[in-house]
Amino acid sequence: MRRLLDTLNRHLDIRVGLTPRLLLLAAAALIGVTLTLPLWNLTMFAPQYPEGLRMDIYAHELQGGRNGQDIKEINLLNHYIGMHDLSNEDFTEFKWMPFALGVLALLMLRSAVHGSMASLVDAVVLFGYFGAFSLWSFAYKMYSYGHNLAPGAPVNVPPFTPPVFGYQQIANFEVYSYPRAGTYVMLAAAVALVVALGLAWRAGPTQAAGAGRVSTATG
Amino acid sequence: MKRTRKLAVAGYIGVVVALAVLAGRCTPSAPRSARQRGGATSDAAVAAQKVYVAPGDLDAYYMFASGGHSGNVYVYGLPSMRHLSTIPVFTPYPATGYGFDDVSKAMLGNLTWGDVHHPSLSETNGDYDGRWLFVNEINGRIARIDLRDFKTKEIVGPLPNVSGNHASSFVTPNTEYTFMATRFSIPIPKGTVAPVEKYATDYKGVIAAIKIDAKTGHMTPTYQILMPPFDYDLGDAGKKVSDGWMFFTSYNTERGIGKLEVTASQRDRDYIAAIDWRAAEKASDEGKGDMIGGVRVIDPRKVPGLVYFMPCGKSPHGVDVSPDGKWIIGSGKLQGVTTAFNFEKIQTAIRNKDFTGDEDGIPILKYESIKEAEVPVGLGPLHTQFGGDGFAYTSLFVDSAIAKWKLGTWEVVDKIPVSYSIGHLAAAEGDTVSPDGNYLVALNKLSHGRHLNVGPSQPESSQLIDITEEKMKLLADSFTEPEPHYAQIIKTDKIHPIEVYPKEENHHPLAVWDVKDAGVSHQAGKAVAKVVMVRSSFTPQAIEVTEGETVTIALTNIEQTTDELHGFGLLDYNINVVVDPGETKTVTFKADKPGVFAFYCTNFCSALHQEMQGYLIVKKK
Repeated sequence: MRRLLDTLNRHLDIRVGLTPRLLLLAAAALIGVTLTLPLWNLTMFAPQYPEGLRMDIYAHELQGGRNGQDIKEINLLNHYIGMHDLSNEDFTEFKWMPFALGVLALLMLRSAVHGSMASLVDAVVLFGYFGAFSLWSFAYKMYSYGHNLAPGAPVNVPPFTPPVFGYQQIANFEVYSYPRAGTYVMLAAAVALVVALGLAWRAGPTQAAGAGRVSTATG
Repeated sequence: MKRTRKLAVAGYIGVVVALAVLAGRCTPSAPRSARQRGGATSDAAVAAQKVYVAPGDLDAYYMFASGGHSGNVYVYGLPSMRHLSTIPVFTPYPATGYGFDDVSKAMLGNLTWGDVHHPSLSETNGDYDGRWLFVNEINGRIARIDLRDFKTKEIVGPLPNVSGNHASSFVTPNTEYTFMATRFSIPIPKGTVAPVEKYATDYKGVIAAIKIDAKTGHMTPTYQILMPPFDYDLGDAGKKVSDGWMFFTSYNTERGIGKLEVTASQRDRDYIAAIDWRAAEKASDEGKGDMIGGVRVIDPRKVPGLVYFMPCGKSPHGVDVSPDGKWIIGSGKLQGVTTAFNFEKIQTAIRNKDFTGDEDGIPILKYESIKEAEVPVGLGPLHTQFGGDGFAYTSLFVDSAIAKWKLGTWEVVDKIPVSYSIGHLAAAEGDTVSPDGNYLVALNKLSHGRHLNVGPSQPESSQLIDITEEKMKLLADSFTEPEPHYAQIIKTDKIHPIEVYPKEENHHPLAVWDVKDAGVSHQAGKAVAKVVMVRSSFTPQAIEVTEGETVTIALTNIEQTTDELHGFGLLDYNINVVVDPGETKTVTFKADKPGVFAFYCTNFCSALHQEMQGYLIVKKK
């Protein structure tokens, strides 16, 4: 047990090499890119909507297809079953997500500059936590939209959860929910981080001298 | 005895044989030409292929057909010949609420009918540009339909002095002008009375110019030209080499009265009036002419050089300018030939003052000097359209046929029977500088026997003809809404209509886009209700007013989704409006009956359409 902790401590003191640092920089840049890309998409088809109603979820907002018209249409249809309007104001995610992504990018930059294994682990863990929480948050949002239906609605439907991932038939609609470019870029950032971590870990404490020299030189 | 019997038997047989021979030669059940008719029909399978537009597929052309005295314009798809929509123009049309809301009601004025004759698509450099469609109407009016939304946007007229606007609404090659012309000459200005015996001297025709704004399409009546009391019938604008000129046919140059079918058919030649509209525009700008009926009327006697008469036999109906602008084709409807005039020769004759006389100061050009050819197309030639490769197609009313002939060689190369009594014909972009040469539609006056019997009010027939090959081939019969006179056919890629009115473009002062802003306000005997229409409710649901108030209901359809129209039908008040997505319409009326009156959505909108209803409550004073 003690040996394990020692190993861990030693590893946490590792000064990471150039490649992992570049990977950290890349990951931070990719995080910046995700802010401009849609993270997720929901598309609904029905016989009378052959082109589909489309909705993109960004880190900071919802964007409806056809210049926002599709979200208005979705809301119009949803009012018949008593679903709340989808509106940017209702998503606290749109406030904290860009902020959190910014913080994560800064952590990665910090780690790239400091070059300490500890800060790299921080970045990886927090990023993982952020990803998991975001997904849960999205799933919960889907659940609550489908379950908090106004009681006096014209059409009574049993509570439901729209698909978080994949396909689902809801009444006359085929609903498809899939990640979009932003999520893939975020995944790429995650891969970059894990690879950085792996490379640094494998290089082990033996590299410490070299890295330490750099550190001393700069410090 | 035996011999007589033999003779009797022989005689009997002889009679039977003779009868049999005669019977074989008796009146046939169908004319010989019926066989020929069969030959001109395309092979059924081939024809079916050519007109079949599979479910969900789109046609290649729009055809805008005038609806005659129905007052509407009908839109068809080609080659399927399917009726796609009806554009109400000069008459109320409850299906779209046209003529009920304040704007369209004001546009119609006191007239609730119109006789629509000649659609004219706007042009740029002599080619359809797909922006507007102009149509004339007999009560001295022209309407402009915007092809962005297929709606009637403007009606000018009734114009002063113009009586019976038939020879209209042909636009010039860059849509600078459209024109109106008198068919039934009267003493002018309107209101003047003269006995019909004084027709030849005291009755006048006019040709009126209407300037079109290049950006907005807005029409402004400008000058008129005073003309002898002939019946001006049809027209066409010169193009390319003949750009700057307008041509109008006329009949009753005899100035006859009484039974015109006799008195107006005496002369062997009547006239095509050639008008130098650029010169006329200049004269008008210079302030020439006199004010009659509130408009500037130029008398060609006082301002020479604007109008010339081209003799054309006999009682000409259509005049059509060839795609290159060189040939002016005039069809004397009581003749067996159509006449091709040479524009260059017309110009030379004008320069050389090659005149044979004048009519009320308008010089008559010498027929022999301006005629290029008389083409023996057949009986009763009316109108000519053009295809590719220099071919012309002339409708023959009396023959019930179309003749195909070649410009330049003046040879008739083919003829196809049509069913029956063809009036106008329309070729795909067939009156532009570049006809498409694939489809031709015969717009026939009679259809008897070619459709299911629907009683004495028989539909008109329109027949689609393939003109891609040497021989014309009949592809399909269709039965068009009454009564197509002329039609124009335009390639679909030239028109780009919207599907909803964008919210950003709605600047109506009474528009409301949020149910929070909807409601009724009252001021000085006037009630204004701002109503939101959206699936599936009206807001407010109850409009309360007081008896005697003038009520304006402003209806805004806040939908931005294709096909989500909402209607407003108000019972017992004769009100019926349909509002398209993103549109605001108003309807104004006096609440002269107290009580509770239901209103409801007339245009099916959603699963809960039946629930889209409300009440107008008119409280007793």
